Amino acid sequence: MLRDITLGQYYQTDSVIHRLDPRVKLVTTLCYIISLFIVDNWIGYVIAGAFLLMVIKLSKVPFKFMVRGMKSIVFLLLFAAVFNLFLTPGEVVVELWKLHITKEGIRLASQMAVRLVFLIMGSSVMTLTTTPNNLTDALEKLLGPLKVFKVPIHEIAMMMSIALRFIPILLEETDKIMKAQIARGADFESGNLIKKVKSMVPLLVPLFISAFRRANDLAMAMEARCYRGGEYRTKMKPLIYKKRDGLAYGVVAFYLAVCIVFGKVLW
Amino acid sequence: MSIILDHVSHIYEEGTAMEYAALKDINLVIPDGQFIGLIGHTGSGKSTLVQHLNGLLVPTKGNIYYNGEDIHDSGYNKKELRSKVGLVFQYPEHQLFEIDVFSDVCFGPKNLGLDKKETELRAYAALKQVGLEDEYFYQSPFDLSGGQKRRVAIAGVLAMKPEVLILDEPTAGLDPKGRDEILDQVAKLREETGMTVILVSHSMEDVAKYVDRIIVMNKGEVMFDNEPKEVFRHYKELEQVGLAAPQVTYIMQALKAAGLAVDTDITNIEEAKAAIIQALKLQR
Repeated sequence: MLRDITLGQYYQTDSVIHRLDPRVKLVTTLCYIISLFIVDNWIGYVIAGAFLLMVIKLSKVPFKFMVRGMKSIVFLLLFAAVFNLFLTPGEVVVELWKLHITKEGIRLASQMAVRLVFLIMGSSVMTLTTTPNNLTDALEKLLGPLKVFKVPIHEIAMMMSIALRFIPILLEETDKIMKAQIARGADFESGNLIKKVKSMVPLLVPLFISAFRRANDLAMAMEARCYRGGEYRTKMKPLIYKKRDGLAYGVVAFYLAVCIVFGKVLW
Repeated sequence: MSIILDHVSHIYEEGTAMEYAALKDINLVIPDGQFIGLIGHTGSGKSTLVQHLNGLLVPTKGNIYYNGEDIHDSGYNKKELRSKVGLVFQYPEHQLFEIDVFSDVCFGPKNLGLDKKETELRAYAALKQVGLEDEYFYQSPFDLSGGQKRRVAIAGVLAMKPEVLILDEPTAGLDPKGRDEILDQVAKLREETGMTVILVSHSMEDVAKYVDRIIVMNKGEVMFDNEPKEVFRHYKELEQVGLAAPQVTYIMQALKAAGLAVDTDITNIEEAKAAIIQALKLQR
C-alpha cells in the first residue's frame, strides 16, 4: 500500500556512480542544484539535461525509477506552471476570456517546469545510488569543521541515520496495523474529514506505541554496546578519497564552468 | 459452505527489480468446521495466503470463493466477509489501542454497525471465550501481561462472531505454558462453536495435537495437504525444507527401527505411551 515512495530509496546495483565517495555525490548534487538556478537560457538547460542523462546512464539505475519519483510532484509542477503561465505580465500571445498568456509567461513556466524536473531527478540520482548510512557519513565528514563552533555534528548525523533507517520499518508497521484493523472492520477510506481523522486513531495509537518501543529497544542496544556519542569514535569504513573521486570533482568543476559560460555570460 | 482458492498466485512488487512470487498457483478447498494447520518455514507464503482469505490482499492471478461467491466481484461486501472470516495477525497485541480492554474488544462489532447492547454482549462473550477474568475488563490493555494482551486481541476478532477463525502464529513469543494455554483455549473454542479454524505455524509440535488436516507450504507452493499422520510419514522430506515432524514421530520411528513393533503414525505423547507399554508387554 505504501511502497510507492521512491524519494530516499536506494537502488542496489554496481556502477561507477555507486562506487563514488558519498561526499562527492553530495557536493555534486549541491553544485547541480546551484547550476540549475544560475543558467537562464535554453543552451544552459540543454547542458544541464545532458549532464543529468550522462550521470543516469552511468548509474545503471533504470530510468523508470527516476520517473516514479516524479509522480509525487506532478501536482506541484502543474500548479507552478499554470500560475506562471497566466500571471506573468508582458507581451500578450493568446487571450482567453480574462486570462492572458504572455511570451514571458510561457518562458517562465517552461523554465520553472524544467528546473523542477531536473532538480528532483538530480537529487533522486543521489539517493538512489547512495545508501542512507553513506549519505549521513558524508554529511558528518563535510560538516566536521563546524565542531569548532561546538555544533554536535556526530549526534546530528546519528539522529539522521536512525531516522532514515526507521522510515521503512515504520512504513511496514503502518501497513501491518492498518491490515489488522481492516480485518476488524475498520474503514480508512470512506466518510467525511472528521470521520476520516477519527478513523486514524486505531492506526496512530498502536503506531506510536510501537515507535516508542522500538526507540527504547534501540537505546538499550546502543547502551549495551557502550555507545557514548562521537568523541574518540573511529569508523569501521572511513571515507577516503580515491582517484576517481578527484576525477569526478574535476568533471563537476568543468560542468559548472560550462554552465556559467554558456548559460549566463554568453547570451 | 466453504472457502475455495482457484489457481491463486500472488506476486509482490510486480515489474520491479524486487519482484517476488509469494504464492504460485494455489488450489485449496477449505470446508466448514475443519481444524487446519497451515505449516511452513519463514517466507513460505503462509501469511500471504491467509491474508487472501479475507480479501486483504488481492491475488495477482486466480479467484477466491467464499460460500460460492467470488470475493473480488465488484458488488461483494468485503466488510461482511471480514466479519465472517476473522483474521488474527501475528503479535496481535500490537494492534490494541483503546483506553480499556472492554472498549478495544468492542471495536470490531461496533464497526459492523451493531447497536450498543449487542456490541457489548458480544464483547463480553468473546472475553469469556478466551478465558479472561472480569477484573481485567476495565484495565488499560497496555498494563496486561503478554499472554493476556494476546487473549484480548483474539477476543477482538471473536467478538465479530466469525465463521472461520484464522490465527497467524498465535504462539509466537510465548513461553511453553502460555503457548499450551492459548492452543487449548482455541481447541476448546472450536469444540464449543464448531467454527472452522486455521492455525498458521512453523512448528509441527504446536499443531500436531489439535488439527485434523495439515497443509505444508514451501516456497509459495502447497507441498503436502493431508491428515497429520500422512504428512508426518514424509518427515525426511519435511526436514529438507527446514521443518520437522513432532518429536514423538522420531521416537516411534527409532523404536520401530530398533525392532519394537509400534505404530509409527502416532502423533502425541499419551498415545505413544500406551503404544510403547503395549508393545513391551507383547514382547515379554
